[in-house]
Amino acid sequence: MMKQKKFDTKVQHLKYKVLREVARLAWKGTLTENLLDVPKIISPGPEPTMRCCVYKERAIVEERIKMAMGGDKNNPNAIQVIEIACDECPVGGYEVSEACRGCLAHRCEDACPRGAITHDGTHKAHIDKSKCIECGKCASVCPYGAILNHKRPCERACKVKAISMSETKAAKIDNNKCISCGACVYQCPWGAISDKSYILDVIDLIQKSNHNNDYKVYAVVAPSIASQFSYATLGQVVSGMHELGFHTVVEAALGGDIVAMAESRELVEKGFLTSSCCPAFVSYIKKQFPDLEPYISHNPSPMVAMGQYIKKIDPTAKVIFIGPCTAKKMEFNLDSAKDYVDSVITFEELQALYDSRDIDIMTLDETPLDNASYYGRIFARSGGLSDAVVQALKEQGIDNFDLKAEICDGIEACRIALLKASKRVLNANFIEGMACSGGCIGGAGCLTHGDKNKAEVDKYGKEAMEKTIGDAIKVLNMENQ
Amino acid sequence: MKKITVCIGSSCHLKGSRQVVEALQDYITEHDLKDKVSLSGAFCMKNCREGVSVTVDGVLFSVTPETVGSFFETEILKKL
Repeated sequence: MMKQKKFDTKVQHLKYKVLREVARLAWKGTLTENLLDVPKIISPGPEPTMRCCVYKERAIVEERIKMAMGGDKNNPNAIQVIEIACDECPVGGYEVSEACRGCLAHRCEDACPRGAITHDGTHKAHIDKSKCIECGKCASVCPYGAILNHKRPCERACKVKAISMSETKAAKIDNNKCISCGACVYQCPWGAISDKSYILDVIDLIQKSNHNNDYKVYAVVAPSIASQFSYATLGQVVSGMHELGFHTVVEAALGGDIVAMAESRELVEKGFLTSSCCPAFVSYIKKQFPDLEPYISHNPSPMVAMGQYIKKIDPTAKVIFIGPCTAKKMEFNLDSAKDYVDSVITFEELQALYDSRDIDIMTLDETPLDNASYYGRIFARSGGLSDAVVQALKEQGIDNFDLKAEICDGIEACRIALLKASKRVLNANFIEGMACSGGCIGGAGCLTHGDKNKAEVDKYGKEAMEKTIGDAIKVLNMENQ
Repeated sequence: MKKITVCIGSSCHLKGSRQVVEALQDYITEHDLKDKVSLSGAFCMKNCREGVSVTVDGVLFSVTPETVGSFFETEILKKL
């Protein structure tokens, strides 16, 4: 069998190596003594492989180590710029390229709303940057596609426009706008923006549990895992978590089943609702559309719903969410979540934890993972939540409510739907908002992203033993009968 | 008050936790034992091979959807 790659990019691989080495030392309890060895392990020299010299490489690794150890405690955002890693990419904005033929039509000039475009003696176009508002109309009308938009990859990735340039020309994140979705983390070609890691907290929780005797550590794993770790089986991935020291592994998708049932009832009661599963989407509404905040579903996210149940049946439990999402690293610190979820790590970080203990999951036996229904599992991809709400209405025999779902795949689509809703012109009564493209399977904390991921999630959904939401959540209601 | 805990972890779930829970709920209602028997869930009792794992006041039993009737008879009804 061909060896499948573990990551999409070398940037992810570099981040992973730092996490792995930091975790390796943490398990051994020698982090403080040996921390300074890590930069040399990552960048052994004498020749540089990534930057101008090994000293810069190692200086950047030191910053990555800080991120692996939780990042800047004074910055509330889970997403942070590593300033010295930022390559200060040029920011030209719209520029006329060599492809301009100096045509007669001058559509660019006519299209420009600010009169920023003029033509020289050879009829070639010029943009006066002091007048240009970067609207892009000139680029869209040029028959040669000769006007290009030179934008920094981070800024291009950030659809909520939270990234600008600081006085030192490094990228700067406006925390008042940032929704911590991690799009910039995944898109920066230099790895200069990163999510803070809580792997040390997780290692500490596992170690202090005294082999789950003093308290039990539960892994609540997101359904998008079905599209991850494609080099091994899901059963082996679960076994790996047991090897790491988790008491057990539970599907967050069962929380999805709980949410689908409750959300459908809330929707019928209120008549209009926006979903609350995606923490980046919820954050976006609160920051950009505060008037719509009352319409955000009051349901907890599937992660929190599972945390609530686990802590109900086992009050001393520690709950670690493992998923594709950097925004969850913000969500679990919210007042509404902090009592139910103790920490959050990503699939990238899970891979680093396996390798920090030299656990080769491909050699492990399989452990089953089967708590949720098909519907809870498909929350991992765009449209899944809406399908689940339709099913939940059906299972409860609610046939006098006509669900009109606006399925928003990515934050741009969310913005358009919210804009329409705020102007009361949206022809829908439910907004399913997912900040990442494709839904959670597009999350920044995924190891790999690909076209097949949606199909993988649907396949995993169909493998669930329970075929209805009601059957999946039946075992959760024993106490309240 | 007898405390019955049923494992609803993945292995036990696949072996019929839900059916066991449903049966126990029916028996409890049928015999009007809501004040004498409590029912709750747990994720994994480290007895995965022998599921469905059920504890009665901390004592571990292996129950299946087929044996849940006789289990209830001998371990709950007769010991109340």
